[in-house]
Amino acid sequence: MNIIVCIKQVPDTAEVRINPETNTLIREGVPSIINPYDLHAIEAAIQIKEKTGAKVTVITMGPPQAEDALRDAIAMGADDVRLISDRAFAGADTWATSYALYKAIEKLGYDIILCGKQAIDGDTAQVGPEVAEFLNIPHIAYIRKIENISDKSIKVQRLMDEGYDIVESPLPVLLTVVKELNTPRLPSLKGKMAAKKAVITKMDLNAIGAEPENVGLKGSPTQVKNIFAPQSKADRKVLQGGIEEQVDTLIKELRSLKCV
Amino acid sequence: MRIVVNIEKCTGCEQCIDSCPFTAIVMQEGKAFINEYCQFCKACISVCPEGAIIEIMEEGDVQKADISDYKGVWVFAEQRDGAVSSVAYELLGAGRRLADELKTELSAVLFGSTEDAAKELIKWGADRVYHCNDPMFEKFNDEPYSMLLTRLINEHKPEIVLAGATSIGRSFIPRVAAKVRTGLTADCTALEIDRDSGNLLQIRPAFGGNIMATILCPNHRPQIATVRPRVMKRGEYNADRNGEIISVSVDNITSRTKVLETVKEISECMINLQEAEVIVSGGRGIGDAKGFKMLQELAEALGGAVGASRAAVDEGWIPYSHQVGQTGKTVCPRIYIACGISGAVQHLVGMQSSDIIIAINKNIEAPIFNVATYGIVGDVYEVVPLLIKKLKEAKQ
Ligand SMILES: Cc1cc2nc3c(=O)[nH]c(=O)nc-3n(C[C@H](O)[C@H](O)[C@H](O)COP(=O)(O)OP(=O)(O)OC[C@H]3O[C@@H](n4cnc5c(N)ncnc54)[C@H](O)[C@@H]3O)c2cc1C
Ligand SMILES: Nc1ncnc2c1ncn2[C@@H]1O[C@H](COP(=O)(O)O)[C@@H](O)[C@H]1O
Repeated sequence: MNIIVCIKQVPDTAEVRINPETNTLIREGVPSIINPYDLHAIEAAIQIKEKTGAKVTVITMGPPQAEDALRDAIAMGADDVRLISDRAFAGADTWATSYALYKAIEKLGYDIILCGKQAIDGDTAQVGPEVAEFLNIPHIAYIRKIENISDKSIKVQRLMDEGYDIVESPLPVLLTVVKELNTPRLPSLKGKMAAKKAVITKMDLNAIGAEPENVGLKGSPTQVKNIFAPQSKADRKVLQGGIEEQVDTLIKELRSLKCV
Repeated sequence: MRIVVNIEKCTGCEQCIDSCPFTAIVMQEGKAFINEYCQFCKACISVCPEGAIIEIMEEGDVQKADISDYKGVWVFAEQRDGAVSSVAYELLGAGRRLADELKTELSAVLFGSTEDAAKELIKWGADRVYHCNDPMFEKFNDEPYSMLLTRLINEHKPEIVLAGATSIGRSFIPRVAAKVRTGLTADCTALEIDRDSGNLLQIRPAFGGNIMATILCPNHRPQIATVRPRVMKRGEYNADRNGEIISVSVDNITSRTKVLETVKEISECMINLQEAEVIVSGGRGIGDAKGFKMLQELAEALGGAVGASRAAVDEGWIPYSHQVGQTGKTVCPRIYIACGISGAVQHLVGMQSSDIIIAINKNIEAPIFNVATYGIVGDVYEVVPLLIKKLKEAKQ
């Protein structure tokens, strides 16, 4: 069985802030990490491998420095990795990203594809289902538990807004995973050694056999028009006086708005 | 288009590196270099003191699909157990406004529910409903849902399609966008029409709510967006509105995945929180679980529900189902009272569209005051008991 895991290197968004005066990002010293949801996807793949002897290939599309994320994946126990990288991929939105990943995955062969639920930089949660559509295979999103897995099919719990569904699918299938699925392991010493020595294989536009007009900015239907700081409301009032006075003013205001 | 650095002019000051939201600029031999992460947001161009960063247009830059045939605004009305979700009515409110502005029609798409439910959508603002009540669509299943919606879009060519950013919408709409080869913007919190071009401006939080981005889909149709529940206001209900219901057939729709079982796991307080008119929320400033009893009392005095920041949930003072924010619930009550909550962006994205926000915090610098309609600078343990007392007195 072949398992492909798609991972993305992202800035640790908890630390990204915007400077409201200049509308630019303040991101000094913001570290790059593997998208947290993708760690759970890697962990799930390794657990399946431990049970079935499957081969785990971790792939990412990104610039050369995304290689670091792939080394971390090897340290966790991935058998093989691919860096899908080409200047032509620059500016890809989810459509063009999914297209490039689909082309690469087709070349690699697959039974199960695992993705994170979403990447924390954009929070779009689109790449997984879009890749599945391109490959013309089913997908199941937000997997929180794998109940059963065989050569031919898989049964999982899919997290929904009001509970969960039990869903069954034939293989090949693409799954996107949530954090409840597992606890990602830390790299072993042996893994770290392997990661250090590994030669990272690159795949460019030609290697994945993609049409140039479908990748990167050219292939992307959406564009970022601008970015700005979250706005605050203009009608704010900090109440004045002692506590008792402030509470009285508040109640008076609420009454005039017919809220109490 | 490409964004490039003119290395003759670049002094290596690194200001552009900090301005880039996508980590796309790195230093190479003392000069800035823009790599594949570039999303062409142009944030770096304005910060470069030397004017060394420029935009170059290239031949064949954009692929123009023929978009002039695409007309009308669509809303995908999702249902669970036959009941249309409230987000569908919110989308009809937003969709009506967009359709009126574009002087076009508003249609709803309803799968797996009754004709009565379809009629309700018309009263809520739709001119037309594409309705399919085949049993195959009763339970949510990605493949049939995406196949049928894709087919309808290809047949009728709407210019805008909106769906809820719910577990349903966010799972199957990407397949539709991939198939019809168009853009999809996830989890929007505001939608506007650009007066000049007629394009849809899709506004959404990114980077965990730390920044907002406006996304365009200028050359492909339809423009598809999922919209976060509870941020759009419902439109007007008019029992006398007329519209047309078009019944949709399901020939050649199949599914490889099977939904074997649907399990509900919802606690009552969760429903209350999203439906509540008044929410009293507590944060780390509440100090302990006992403090939430006090908030409960205030909530009861106002006929509301209790919410919490992630910090309070992480401390174990109140269950996760009460959490408001990026990783909790989005709420939009008439009154939101934030007690001992600092107002981190991740909290604000979940509550800032509330009509009236009251902040009680002892630190005047707390960012929650930036979004508050009324701010009280003081200790919650002084303010809240007083508020409860006076509200009770006022009632008598
Ligand atoms: C990816 C990610 C997702 C997140 N998702 C969420 C989310 O969904 N929801 C969420 O809320 N947070 C979320 N967070 C966390 C968020 O960044 C903040 O850490 C959190 O909201 C802080 O909670 P707080 O305001 O209660 O605590 P603090 O920031 O510690 O603030 C406590 C406040 O209480 C005030 N205070 C203290 N004592 C008193 C008193 N006696 N009287 C009055 N005021 C007092 C203090 O002045 C202070 O302003 C997320 C973070 C990340 C990185
Ligand atoms: N550039 C990429 N390379 C590999 N996998 C990706 C990439 N972008 C997104 N993914 C995968 O798709 C998931 C959802 O990403 P997103 O749609 O960007 O929220 C991620 O958790 C990854 O598993």
